[in-house]
Amino acid sequence: MLFDKFQTMADFQAELAERGVTPFGAVTEKILSSTEGVVEGRQVILAGTNNYLGLSYDKRCIAASQAAAERWGTGTTGSRLANGSFAEHQALEREIAEFYAVNHAIVFSTGYAATMGMCATLAGPGEVILMDSDSHASIYSGVQLSGADIIRFRHNDPEDLAKRMRRLGDRASSTLIIAEGIYSMLGDVAPLQEIAAVKREYGGYLMIDEAHSMGVLGETGRGAAQAAGVEADVDFIAGTFSKSLGSIGGFCVSPHAELEAIRFCIKAYIFTASSSPSVIASTREALRIVSAEPERRTKLWDNANRLYQGLKDLGLPVGPTASPVIAVQMENRSRTIDCWKALMEAGVYVNLVIPPASPSTNFLLRNSVSAAHSSAQIDTIIAAYAGLKQAGLFDSQQAS
Amino acid sequence: MTDYQGYLSFLISALETQNKKQIPLSESTELVADIGLSSLEVMEFIEKIEDHFDISIPLNILPDVSTVGDLALKVQELNP
Repeated sequence: MLFDKFQTMADFQAELAERGVTPFGAVTEKILSSTEGVVEGRQVILAGTNNYLGLSYDKRCIAASQAAAERWGTGTTGSRLANGSFAEHQALEREIAEFYAVNHAIVFSTGYAATMGMCATLAGPGEVILMDSDSHASIYSGVQLSGADIIRFRHNDPEDLAKRMRRLGDRASSTLIIAEGIYSMLGDVAPLQEIAAVKREYGGYLMIDEAHSMGVLGETGRGAAQAAGVEADVDFIAGTFSKSLGSIGGFCVSPHAELEAIRFCIKAYIFTASSSPSVIASTREALRIVSAEPERRTKLWDNANRLYQGLKDLGLPVGPTASPVIAVQMENRSRTIDCWKALMEAGVYVNLVIPPASPSTNFLLRNSVSAAHSSAQIDTIIAAYAGLKQAGLFDSQQAS
Repeated sequence: MTDYQGYLSFLISALETQNKKQIPLSESTELVADIGLSSLEVMEFIEKIEDHFDISIPLNILPDVSTVGDLALKVQELNP
């Protein structure tokens, strides 16, 4: 029957309802600041929002958005290819290209549309895509639409990438390699120096998804490629406006002039309405702030290091290095749900992640840190985890 | 050069470590329905085959693979 395949999910939803928890689609009833809100009736510290620079509630961004709504109205009512290209969109494309010091940029309506659209379009039948195995769902969705041969390399393993490029022989020089900057679930950073070296040896094209690293890494916040010093080796950078820039939308930038032709071949760009001018205006203002206020990155990393060290000192199974995304890895689903519920009761909202959204069979309590968190808030998050530990909720919970 | 039976023998042998239910394995055994491999375990198994034969197996072939025999045929096609 048509609906049979959804029964497992329906059963899981019923289990959550019976236990009185709402980790998926928890409703935020009120936003109090960039880092506090009322979620499911509880006032909580927001530690699962990807609001890395704390700009979602910035008064300058809000004012820019309000002014644009007054000037342009609430929506464009059409695609970029038809009536939906306003001067705001073109201005943002110029500014994001300047930010990345390249000549070409496309702005998309969502980050998902940006990576999915680029992955679906760049390589086609007869060509090859070599992608990191832990890639985001938008990349998997895109490559499946491309018609290209899709080959995975082991996560963050440049040697495995090189082996697979060698196997491709003559096809390697036209292969599209896809990696991310910071990986969204565990917060680990791609070894881009080594990946770029493989590209230099075998040829091909390199696309980096900087969704979680733009504004977070690099001297001017351009991301992991800038931090690794390999921007010259990168052909396409995709990203999102919905994390460090606090709005919604996505982009792709490239030094290749061909991006202007590619633009008109991307279905996710052509057949969807363009972003509301108010969204574009706040994004432009946030992009300006990213350049003007580098101290936000410093504060973000101070907070990330503080939380990482605090959780590590508690003996919790976190990743090998600090990052604004810090995941506590668990093996038992029921226990992880208990922990999520206990954190909410302690006034801390984090993300509950279950396979296949997590990159292994582990369950995750995924924390994301913001520059807007105060040190006291970070300490409150650590104290909440300490409470869970004292209650025995982490007993027999080793990292895999 | 390995023939179909050679690939099949390797796959059956390699699957033993993931055969938690200890069912008899043959070319008609279904990877998911019979052995109960999760999508993650399927990918780990694919990587094991790739390493052994020094080939890359595109994800595109997976929708056509249900049984161990299906996979042996695909590996033979990729490594003639």
